[in-house]
Amino acid sequence: MVKPRVMVVGGGLAGLAASMKLAELGVDVGLMSLMPVKRSHSACAQGGINSTNDLTRQLGDSEWKHFDDTVYGGDFLQHQPPVKELAYWAPQIIDLMDRLGVTFNRTPEGFRDQRRFGGTLYHRTAFAGATTGQQLLYALDEQVRRWEVTGHVSKYESWDFLGPILDDAGRCRGCVSQDMVSMEIRAFPADALILASGGCGAIFGRSTNSVACTGSAVSRAYQAGARYANAEFVQVHPTAIPGADKLRLISESARGEGGRVWVPRRPQDPRPPSDVPEDERYYFLEERYPKYGNLVPRDIATREVFNVCVTEGLSVEADRMCVYLDVSHLPREMLDRKLAGILEIYEKFQGVDPRRSAMKIFPAVHYSMGGLWCDYDRTADGGLQSGSPRNQQTNLPGVFAVGECDYQFHGANRLGANSLVACIYSGLSVAPGVAAYVGNLPQRPAVEQPSSLYDRAAQKHRAEYEGLLARSDGGPNPYRLHAELGRIMTAAATVVRHNDKLEEAYGRVSELQRQAYDCSLSDTGTWANQNLIFVRALQDMFPLAKTILKGALARDECRGAHYKPEFAMPEVDAEDPAERRRQAEDWCQRFRRNNRKWLKSTVADLSADGEPQLSYEDVDTSLIPPRPRLYGVLGGETIEEVWRSSHPDNTAPRKS
Amino acid sequence: MDTSLHQADNTAGERTFVVRILRQDGPGKDAYWERHRVVHGADMNCISVLQEIAEQATTIDGRKVAPVVWECNCLEEVCGACTMVINGRVRQACTALVDRLLAERPGEIELRPMTKFPVLRDLMVDRRRIFTALEKVKAWVPVDSYYHMGPGQRQSQETQQMAYLYSKCMSCGCCLEACPQFLKIELSRKQGETEEEFRAREREAIDRSFMGAHAVAQVELFSSNPIGRMNASERLDALTSPGGIQTCGNAQNCVKVCPKEIPLTTAIARAGRSATLHTLKKWFDK
Repeated sequence: MVKPRVMVVGGGLAGLAASMKLAELGVDVGLMSLMPVKRSHSACAQGGINSTNDLTRQLGDSEWKHFDDTVYGGDFLQHQPPVKELAYWAPQIIDLMDRLGVTFNRTPEGFRDQRRFGGTLYHRTAFAGATTGQQLLYALDEQVRRWEVTGHVSKYESWDFLGPILDDAGRCRGCVSQDMVSMEIRAFPADALILASGGCGAIFGRSTNSVACTGSAVSRAYQAGARYANAEFVQVHPTAIPGADKLRLISESARGEGGRVWVPRRPQDPRPPSDVPEDERYYFLEERYPKYGNLVPRDIATREVFNVCVTEGLSVEADRMCVYLDVSHLPREMLDRKLAGILEIYEKFQGVDPRRSAMKIFPAVHYSMGGLWCDYDRTADGGLQSGSPRNQQTNLPGVFAVGECDYQFHGANRLGANSLVACIYSGLSVAPGVAAYVGNLPQRPAVEQPSSLYDRAAQKHRAEYEGLLARSDGGPNPYRLHAELGRIMTAAATVVRHNDKLEEAYGRVSELQRQAYDCSLSDTGTWANQNLIFVRALQDMFPLAKTILKGALARDECRGAHYKPEFAMPEVDAEDPAERRRQAEDWCQRFRRNNRKWLKSTVADLSADGEPQLSYEDVDTSLIPPRPRLYGVLGGETIEEVWRSSHPDNTAPRKS
Repeated sequence: MDTSLHQADNTAGERTFVVRILRQDGPGKDAYWERHRVVHGADMNCISVLQEIAEQATTIDGRKVAPVVWECNCLEEVCGACTMVINGRVRQACTALVDRLLAERPGEIELRPMTKFPVLRDLMVDRRRIFTALEKVKAWVPVDSYYHMGPGQRQSQETQQMAYLYSKCMSCGCCLEACPQFLKIELSRKQGETEEEFRAREREAIDRSFMGAHAVAQVELFSSNPIGRMNASERLDALTSPGGIQTCGNAQNCVKVCPKEIPLTTAIARAGRSATLHTLKKWFDK
């Protein structure tokens, strides 16, 4: 068997895409995952995947507008060249997935069907029922299996990544991992490491994420010196179903296909939703955001749902906060053809058929816009230098990051159906750069490095493992610590953030971290010890949790998913037009001032004492100058008028 | 302002129920039953029950034990990881809701590992064989490259809807657990045998045994795809080889237990016809 040159950690969309493309380029790959890759969290993505397409193009859409919607939706906090590249690749990615056999829904004439998602006015989203992520994942899983048969991909499923191996010059030479059944710890020589390990929802206790989304692989890279950026930008999805073990997502596609969000105007109206007459329903998103309606970007929808329940007291239930998401008025045939996957989830877990009765939903932690800091190689015209090893490379030479675990594409808020395209894009596009990197190593390849490098790395992790096994009885219970961490993080660092609460949370999380290093194992065996694997993952949640809190605490502004009422922009609400205009002028001035200070990515290094150190990086906004993100802000028209008069070339998206 | 999103309400009295679990410490070890008592909270499923048991790590009679080992990931029945036998029925633990299980059988829930796969530990079994079958039937579309070559072929809504039924298969193994022709293969390494020799011997045993309904359905899926159709005959070779479709005894259990309601028996009937034609054709072409 040929030794793999590149190790990929994580077998979701990004890791699979990177593996198959590297194999095609003739680079042998080792693909490592906590589980059989077909069971990865990408399977949970429901609604669809975005790209400009033949239909939207004729209605005025373009790749440039997809690019513009993405940076506008992200509140301009992403470097623009990678996002531009993504938007221009997107149509080709969907074509490729189509060729790979993804069962995209079809129009009567046999074309791919598309629906509308949040933060855009175009029907850009291709979909396969309401299990699009699962279908895309399977298509890539199948391709990787093909390469496995030919010997170009070797899978290491049920292996827990413990850390990168860095040589004396700081260059990555492989990784150390542990077999989760035999508990064997092994060093894997490799010339490059691609982290594609997904998000870190578990830091918030329950979320829409899968159990494996602990962020442990990323945290271990962070602890080894990789930088972590924009940690404080955590997407809270507006519509999820509460559960004891998980908060299950109900996709934005429910709204994309005509679903409406509402509450009864009478607080806690006891009537079943179908008995509440139309004029006693408060369609609060449609009323407040006439242009985008139920499809405002997620951060806005989430805050409104939260607000209607918490501030206005209009939660459907008294003891549990929720609002209605209603698809019961839509044709049953269409629901079954396009949304069956999510409606079945609701029916299976809640015992109520959403085709007949409105669903009860509430926001839940969903996606991490932040992630490992990574580089890109810009061309003169603002695109990316294809095949450059700088693309997606972290600050650790030879370590790359793709998919949800990088920070590259979504800025302060991710638009719905952009994650799938970003995962596949980053996975596919990183491959030529990685191939170039391993083909032009300045030193000898990993297999020719002294074995002592690998022995030492494995030995360090073995010692840590043995230290865990030797922990004494009577310490804190790790599962309870995790629940407590989740409660603190959810209360302090989700929809609404306050500096005093964040500061307090930082203290409590630091205290929990000390307890976690002291907690007991209830299983001290050396075979399939899930208890130990959990404790280790729990310990590794703390560096990320603290980075999220610290980043949020420092960022005194509102941007995308990061909302601090104390620093909210002033209202432009005067009745008198002259006064309103004056307010709008102030607003624009403050907007510019705020951007000068805060239109920057937070970049964190973990210092030797385990505390995150923050610095700030300017954002490349050279292609689309930042402008006020208005959607449906009160007084938005006046602000836009004022903005336009002072920035004539910077209002609507320009053509490509 | 309190921002407590989705805090579970576990204060609904101290009603409890018993969970009986068939445990096994590792391959080749004896299986044994163990009982745990769990407080009945709101919105519980078998995952939250096992999470509770992991946290307690104490049996009903107060004995400290290691947490029960099991597999899970998505918790919304799209990943296929958490398959086990619950109250005698093979299914996913995530959609096995406690209230309903207790309504069927008051006071107690029984969990045991799948019986057709080697137990690794407790409720975790080795299902790699499922993916081996997908290799064998070449369950993929053999595109030329991943470069841009335009879109796939247009297809009717009807074709897409049929393909989607099959493409939802999450390789969970329920159809295999229920199948009388799908038998457990549990080999152990012989003295002097290398890891590679052992894997080869294991692979041979798997290849000789029934691939199962899920693999047959994948043949239907890929051979109906406009590009996948081009190498349909390779898949039919696999389907008519030892362990192929002729092994199916038509018990029709598979379709009854499939959580995704995949029309497995329809797939078997259609693939059976194609396989017969394929065999005849090969015979005449000799």
